[in-house]
Amino acid sequence: MLTIFYAVLFYVATLTFVGGLALRIYQYATTPAPLKIPTTPGPTTRTGVVFRMFREVAFFESLFKSNKWIWVFSALFHAGLLLVVLRHLRYFTQPVWFWVELIQPIGIYAGFAMLIGLIGLFIRRIVVAMVRYISSPSDYLMLLLLIFIGISGAMMKFVSPVDVVAVKQFFLGLMVFDWKPLPSDFPLLVHLSLVALLMIIFPFSKLLHAPGIFFSPTRYQVDNPREKRHIVAWAADLEK
Amino acid sequence: MTEETKTINHDEYLDPLKMAELVPGCMSELHSFEAKPEHQEKLGYPGGLVDDWHDKAIDKMGDLVSKYKGLRVFLDSCVKCGACADKCHYGMGTGDPKNMPVARQDLFRSVYRRYFTTAGKYLPKLVGARDLTEDVLDEWYNYFHQCSQCRRCSVYCPYGIDTAEISMAAREILDTVGKGQKYCNEIIGKVHELGNNLGLPDKALRATLEDFEEDLEEETGLEIKLPLDVKGADILLVTPSADFFAEPHIDGLLGYAKVFHEAGATWTLSTTASEAANFGMFIGSYENMRKVSLRIRKAAEELGVKRIIFGECGHAWRVAYSFLNTLAGPFDFLDRRYPVPQHICEYTWDLIERDIIKFDKSKNDEYRLTFHDSCNVARASRMGDKPGGQFDIPRNILKAACNHYFDMEEDTIKEATVCCGGGGGLLTDDLMDLRKKGASPRMKALSNVRKEHGVTHMAAICAICKSQFAKVMPGYDFEIDSILSVHQMVSNAIILTGAIDPVEDDDDDEIPAAAPDAAATT
Repeated sequence: MLTIFYAVLFYVATLTFVGGLALRIYQYATTPAPLKIPTTPGPTTRTGVVFRMFREVAFFESLFKSNKWIWVFSALFHAGLLLVVLRHLRYFTQPVWFWVELIQPIGIYAGFAMLIGLIGLFIRRIVVAMVRYISSPSDYLMLLLLIFIGISGAMMKFVSPVDVVAVKQFFLGLMVFDWKPLPSDFPLLVHLSLVALLMIIFPFSKLLHAPGIFFSPTRYQVDNPREKRHIVAWAADLEK
Repeated sequence: MTEETKTINHDEYLDPLKMAELVPGCMSELHSFEAKPEHQEKLGYPGGLVDDWHDKAIDKMGDLVSKYKGLRVFLDSCVKCGACADKCHYGMGTGDPKNMPVARQDLFRSVYRRYFTTAGKYLPKLVGARDLTEDVLDEWYNYFHQCSQCRRCSVYCPYGIDTAEISMAAREILDTVGKGQKYCNEIIGKVHELGNNLGLPDKALRATLEDFEEDLEEETGLEIKLPLDVKGADILLVTPSADFFAEPHIDGLLGYAKVFHEAGATWTLSTTASEAANFGMFIGSYENMRKVSLRIRKAAEELGVKRIIFGECGHAWRVAYSFLNTLAGPFDFLDRRYPVPQHICEYTWDLIERDIIKFDKSKNDEYRLTFHDSCNVARASRMGDKPGGQFDIPRNILKAACNHYFDMEEDTIKEATVCCGGGGGLLTDDLMDLRKKGASPRMKALSNVRKEHGVTHMAAICAICKSQFAKVMPGYDFEIDSILSVHQMVSNAIILTGAIDPVEDDDDDEIPAAAPDAAATT
């Protein structure tokens, strides 16, 4: 019963996540940007834009310019999350890929980094008057969701270990529609429920900043309006 | 609240970027004059609030979101991290939390979420979504006319969210339902009708230019022309109309004329394109911006020029540099060896580099100068072929023409520059309270550089900046004429071949007071 519930939950979550995100990306990609609005000084070539985007995505360049506290906490959170997610690939690969094997020990520290970052962001949201002013309930809840995902994950590692072999078989099974029993440890069920919830709300929430950054005209556009005429279809229609 | 601005103490170091204490609602009543029916109708908008304003506004929002990728992505992507919260000069100066960029965006985003997102449709409270009501519309009007579209927030946003884009969208929706702003819309009407923001007819313009020619001849002994509507000239100069009749703008115009003269260039102004500013951008209207741009193309075609050069004008340079090719291009009929369009600073700097114009720097020794980077030049355009040319070229010109040049603090110049406080359609007396407060970061930085280096004057390349500073500087204990045009420095120091030594007669030179606001353009 439990197994079926979680199996269905993860199919739904995966479909929502992938489908929803694909739809958003399609929407972002196909919405025209009629005017050149890169924030300048900006790159004057495509290659330059790739570098700008890389610095933005990998190092949060603009955020670094803005506020070192937010930068530290979000860097800890995002880098931590990335490593943790990669570490979890061992539940979906058999045999486990070499490099996934390699990062297993780092992934544990990364989990703590992620939690520290999230808690830092949460405290800021409450303590800094300006940030408190702009926060909606969903902004707190989103952080709490991620914090509880992290805590429940850490509990399985440090407090009450679960049968990870069985968990892995459940997920490997899910991927080939051959359902294997899921252990019923409480932290595991909490962890999986919250992750599924996160996947479901992803395409409907501010988590869209993840794909969004790649479609942000102030960052992805090349600063060459004099050299190359930029015109989109609806604007060209005005010329007829 | 305004009292703080009066008590600037130039002896102590001030933190220019300090955020005023948050006072919710302290600017909520500031409502600039709404456009009259005749202003609205000239631009193709309804004369007053239409009956079905709610549905029309929501339809327009949907339309804009589907037409502007930036708007859609910006509305979805904000995570409320607070990176921008203390980056707006109006936020810093007023302390009204709705003048924090993210909060300003949220006035719009909350409505977008309610009508266009699943979460906002079903769980509005949870995600801060709200219905569009007449109160909300009023709140939009007030706070989206407290944004100068300066893009400082977009520099610091991890996703590059630009509040200017949201401001423009909000203003366009307001226009569409019949609730436009008088200052912007009246001016755009004048441009459509008469060719410039001031509503200056061609006869008056011609007479003014003739006066300037006489002044120049008196000063230099040379026949330096300010040609108007001359067919077959090489260069069409498009400059803000403030250059024709207000100080310190005029001195900039005389500077351009001297540069053209010394370079031996043939150039002309145009009566129909006697305005560089394009207020169509301020109200977010592609159609109006396009119409205003097309008249420049038409003038260039009719006059048969080979190049288009823009005078010192900030938002105008954004539209010219970033949008002109899109709105009114392609410019195949012009000489493609030159960028279309060019900035007067690019033109002058090129001549300096090639040694075609030279300076007697000692002529500017009475000035200890700094430079104010105008927001839209800094963050929405470029000069020269390298990123950042918009910072270097004007400075290079000033350093070539003056002996004493000092920059203000690094976090208030170049891409981090703080707006003058009057850009984006806010240069109107009914917003004076906001303008004074918004200028405070710049005024503090200027005060610091004055204390440290004895700086006496600040140069700028934007008509709005010049008009705004001339107006607000006295409130901060600076002389009204501490703001200068960059080409004024050029004009003072340029060595003109065959010129007589200027007669010293500064006592009878009457300098007109600050530009009237209608004059201010860009």
